[in-house]
Amino acid sequence: MESPVISAVNVQKTYGRGANSFDALKGVNFDIHDGESVAILGKSGSGKSTLMHILALLDAPTSGSIMLGGVDTRTLRGSRLNQTRNKTFGFVFQQFFLTSNISVLDNVMLPMKIAGVGRTERRRRGMAALEQLELVDKAKNKAANLSGGQKQRVVIARALVNNPRIIFADEPTGNLDSATGTVVEDILFGLNRQNGITLIVVTHDEELAARCDRRILVRDGQLVSDSAAVPA
Amino acid sequence: MKISDLVGSATANTFRSKTRTLLTILAIFIGAFTLTLTSGLGTGINAYIDDTVTAIGASDVMTVVKTSEQGDGFGTADAGPAEYDPDTVSSGQPGPPGQTVVALTPADLDTLAGIDGVLDVAPTRSISADYIQVGDGTRYVVNVGGLVAGQRTPLAAGAEPDNSSTQPQLALPTSYVEPLGFADEAAALGETVSIAVTDAERTRQVIEATIVGVAEETLATPAGASIVPNDALTDALFDAQNTGIPAVEAQRYAQASIWFDPAATDEQIDALKDRLADAGYTGSTVADQLGAFRTVIDGIVWVLNAFAVIALLAASFGIVNTLFMSVQERTREIGLMKAMGMGSGKVFGLFSLEATVIGFLGSAIGAVLAIVAGTAISSALADGFLSDLPGLTLIAFEPAPIAMIILLVMAIAFLAGTLPASRAARADPVESLRYE
Repeated sequence: MESPVISAVNVQKTYGRGANSFDALKGVNFDIHDGESVAILGKSGSGKSTLMHILALLDAPTSGSIMLGGVDTRTLRGSRLNQTRNKTFGFVFQQFFLTSNISVLDNVMLPMKIAGVGRTERRRRGMAALEQLELVDKAKNKAANLSGGQKQRVVIARALVNNPRIIFADEPTGNLDSATGTVVEDILFGLNRQNGITLIVVTHDEELAARCDRRILVRDGQLVSDSAAVPA
Repeated sequence: MKISDLVGSATANTFRSKTRTLLTILAIFIGAFTLTLTSGLGTGINAYIDDTVTAIGASDVMTVVKTSEQGDGFGTADAGPAEYDPDTVSSGQPGPPGQTVVALTPADLDTLAGIDGVLDVAPTRSISADYIQVGDGTRYVVNVGGLVAGQRTPLAAGAEPDNSSTQPQLALPTSYVEPLGFADEAAALGETVSIAVTDAERTRQVIEATIVGVAEETLATPAGASIVPNDALTDALFDAQNTGIPAVEAQRYAQASIWFDPAATDEQIDALKDRLADAGYTGSTVADQLGAFRTVIDGIVWVLNAFAVIALLAASFGIVNTLFMSVQERTREIGLMKAMGMGSGKVFGLFSLEATVIGFLGSAIGAVLAIVAGTAISSALADGFLSDLPGLTLIAFEPAPIAMIILLVMAIAFLAGTLPASRAARADPVESLRYE
């Protein structure tokens, strides 16, 4: 069996100190393989968002580690860490986080700008990503003037543009009506299936979780069930 | 992120909140405008003084007086009363009224000529005329100045008095043209004026002379608002004034001019002054005399600059405020950029560059408008109440000081930006991206 693309090794996260301390994660272990689509399920306060932040290297675990392609991420520091995040991950957030008063294309090109990609290459890849999501005609529009579904598609284009290995989607359909939500889900699972991008979805929506290959249920900072752990 | 992209993003971000940026730029603009104008004032006046010194052309001439006991100036109480010296005469030098200097005698002139580095010596004969008059017209008080060789006086009309001529000639200051009844400067040329002096026997002697030129009165004209006689007229006036004084006593001079090597360096001139001081004389060049002028002007300009810098410091708090608001508003964006792998250093750079861009815009607009306004003001003044000082550009601009001002303002803006920028750089992406 090939080595996992990302794995959590006894990840613990404690906020605060002493009597006021709160254990958000109490030792979580799992492996995610290349091309999988995984749903991290849990109620609010269960620790699923903390888990996603730690997996995406936005936050460091109090103890334990995240292995990324066999590399212990605790060894990554400063610009190496930033570069890894930029190249490996794409982010899709419930609240979009688009910069509203700049153009759609500028929003999509932001990760490449941060990576230091040249201007023409940036534009070419940005337009290609927009084309993939059927948003070419909106490229010059201000992000603020788009509908919710269009905004989420722009966010997906932005997540795709650096050819990431993993896309983290935090409640990607939470702000959308069910019809638009289904369209966005179709796009995400299409990318997972056709491009082989690993998809990690954080949600409390059972229907969305049901579409994933695998469901990891988190409760009170502990992994309660993992559908992959039960051999089919 | 590439530096060019960083600068581009910072510039674009500056214009995202236009009203706020505009108001901040306005505050910077006021400071930079003032600073540019005041520095232009300093440049203009000092350039004028420089031009004047060059125009005088007597950079190889030093005015020498005998160092007197009371020459230290005011408030030398510890020195006690000065001993009477029969050789003191009233000074022709600028200074408090009634000040006297010890006169130079022919023996002193010989001593001066013998000092190393002195090429030539000429006494300055001081003449006090009673009045100047044309025909039977009104009599006006007048000073009689003198040029040493190599000095030139700027002329409005006619020619300089000819020292080789045996005819008494003079150049008249422009301010005397109308009072003496001439229609204009050209009309005065060739006319005859009478100059009266009182001799030692209390009789009044009147000398006639021809006007050959009309001299402009500038801030540092060698002769000031006085008539410039040629040698023939000076001789005639001096002889008339000293009628009845024994020849030995007539040869008392308040000051003398000495010539030194025109190529002398400042150190050599200082060394010459030291040798003069050792021999009991005080020498000062034209540059020395104007140097005091320049010190005063520099002082005034520095005070004005200080006010402008205070305005800039106030404006820099505007930058701090603007950027803090910007950081606050863009918390999500900063978090997102950090999540996407933008380093803290780059985030800091982005925001401090934004401050620098604001500083640059404010200072560049301020400097450009100050140049326009300053040029307009100084040309208006040159035609207006400064028309008595031809050649004076009150506010002049040079590229180097203006570039300095713009850089200074950008540096101040950068410093102001570091505070909000470091807050942005410290932002935690997880905190920034939390919902609600």
